[in-house]
Amino acid sequence: MRFETLEQLADICRQENKTIAEVMLEDQARETGVSREEVFRQMAEYYGVMKEAVRQGLTGNTKSRSGLTGGDAKKVSDYMQQSETSLGGPAAEAMAYALAVSEVNASMGRIIATPTAGSCGIIPGVFVSAQERFGWEDEHLVKGLFCAGAIGYVIANNASISGAEGGCQAEVGSAIGMAAGAMVELRGGTAQQAVHAVGLALKNCLGLICDPVAGLVEIPCIVRNGLGAVTALAASDMALAGVGSVIPADEVIGVMLEVGSAMPAKHRETGKGGLAQTPTGRKLTKELVEQRRRKAKEAKAPAKED
Amino acid sequence: MRFKNVFSIIGPSMVGPSSSHTAGAVRIGRVARQLLGSQPETAKMTLFGSFAETYWGHGTDLALTAGLMDYETDDQRIPQADVLAEEAGMTLEWVQGRGNGPHPNSVKILLTGGGRTAEIVAASIGGGTIAVYSLNGFDVQITGEYPTLAVKHSDSQGVLANMTALLSRDGYNIGYMDVDRKGRSGDAMTVFELDSAPEESTIQAIRKLPHIKEVTMIDLTKRS
Repeated sequence: MRFETLEQLADICRQENKTIAEVMLEDQARETGVSREEVFRQMAEYYGVMKEAVRQGLTGNTKSRSGLTGGDAKKVSDYMQQSETSLGGPAAEAMAYALAVSEVNASMGRIIATPTAGSCGIIPGVFVSAQERFGWEDEHLVKGLFCAGAIGYVIANNASISGAEGGCQAEVGSAIGMAAGAMVELRGGTAQQAVHAVGLALKNCLGLICDPVAGLVEIPCIVRNGLGAVTALAASDMALAGVGSVIPADEVIGVMLEVGSAMPAKHRETGKGGLAQTPTGRKLTKELVEQRRRKAKEAKAPAKED
Repeated sequence: MRFKNVFSIIGPSMVGPSSSHTAGAVRIGRVARQLLGSQPETAKMTLFGSFAETYWGHGTDLALTAGLMDYETDDQRIPQADVLAEEAGMTLEWVQGRGNGPHPNSVKILLTGGGRTAEIVAASIGGGTIAVYSLNGFDVQITGEYPTLAVKHSDSQGVLANMTALLSRDGYNIGYMDVDRKGRSGDAMTVFELDSAPEESTIQAIRKLPHIKEVTMIDLTKRS
């Protein structure tokens, strides 16, 4: 790719009078030797999977295999029908959709990792709700995914998109930054404004630890996806209003790396600290282990190695 | 740059819940199945580290089984893979390994089927990316990212030169290769990660070279 930082990306957009999405699509086609049409087709297919996951999460059974989670998106969606939300309709909708996709993931449904499975709800939550609200064609949202991908590409290469490496800020945080920046571009903001949105969003995610109960992609991952969608919308609004990230987005990404590297191992997807080690977290883990033993006994597996 | 592709950020398309414990596990299962070359009759999975600790909640067992059925990471039959495998006549055995294995998320798979056996040791190293550490007891590393030729041969002078010459003649670029031998003049294994999948004629030509015992194609890039 021709860019390593968000500043370079915004410069290219300014000089060539292109959107972030156009630059990403061009660079991807050139780097991989695959035609632009084929690259676009692939991304469009992914967007189709995202929309289907939203639908599935709102209407289907999303009970996870562990039995710990499922059905929360439906609760929020029903509540929205029945009463005025504190957030306001569109943001609550984005939250419900993000929860929906995240619950589909936990229940072994099909999703697109954006950038990971643990953070797969945020971008579809923001995108699909915005599409319905603004009446955009699919093609517009597919371009938005290229914009989100370009932002994620910079974060992944300069910090991390892995909870085991950099905590939840690297997964949910990255997804929020990607969704915020993409939302700005989808609504006609400049590349520079999109980059500001990334900076604003990431600042609010710094230090977020990865502490899943029983090591599963459920508690607290699912609610963090729901809340993450709301943060992304808020950051995009600030940027579209002209608010800038005083600390440039690239420098915030640098802090993400600094904080992620300094995070103790127990807060990086090991289940050895944070929410996973609260009294309730430990109790749930213990119950799951016992449940698994019971089921394993029934299915005569797994035995200890002899 | 660790990430070079927009689809490593947006993607893969997968069945949840975890890119490492589910999507990566499917890909490991597929490598084992393709190494065997047919549907396994029996499969023994020895799980290590986090795979052993959290496999159940993550559906790692279903994902590995799905891979043995040659499913892709986004196949919606993955949650029922255990039942479907049983219906297909596969006998599965799960064992908790001692110690950590070569990586916190690793598995040893032993397959039998069609009068053959296949064994791999592999790990899921994040984001659906895998590392295979050994094939049929030979310490050769592959990633599954590229069409891969695994060739068992005797450790004789000129075998490698013959194979690379043939691949070059037929227009295939080798991105990575690895060799391991049991001992001087004993059995050896060479793996080639290629930029594009070789035609059947090229594979046949390699089979006919002197000292070649077995040629297997492992290709996770091909939609099954």
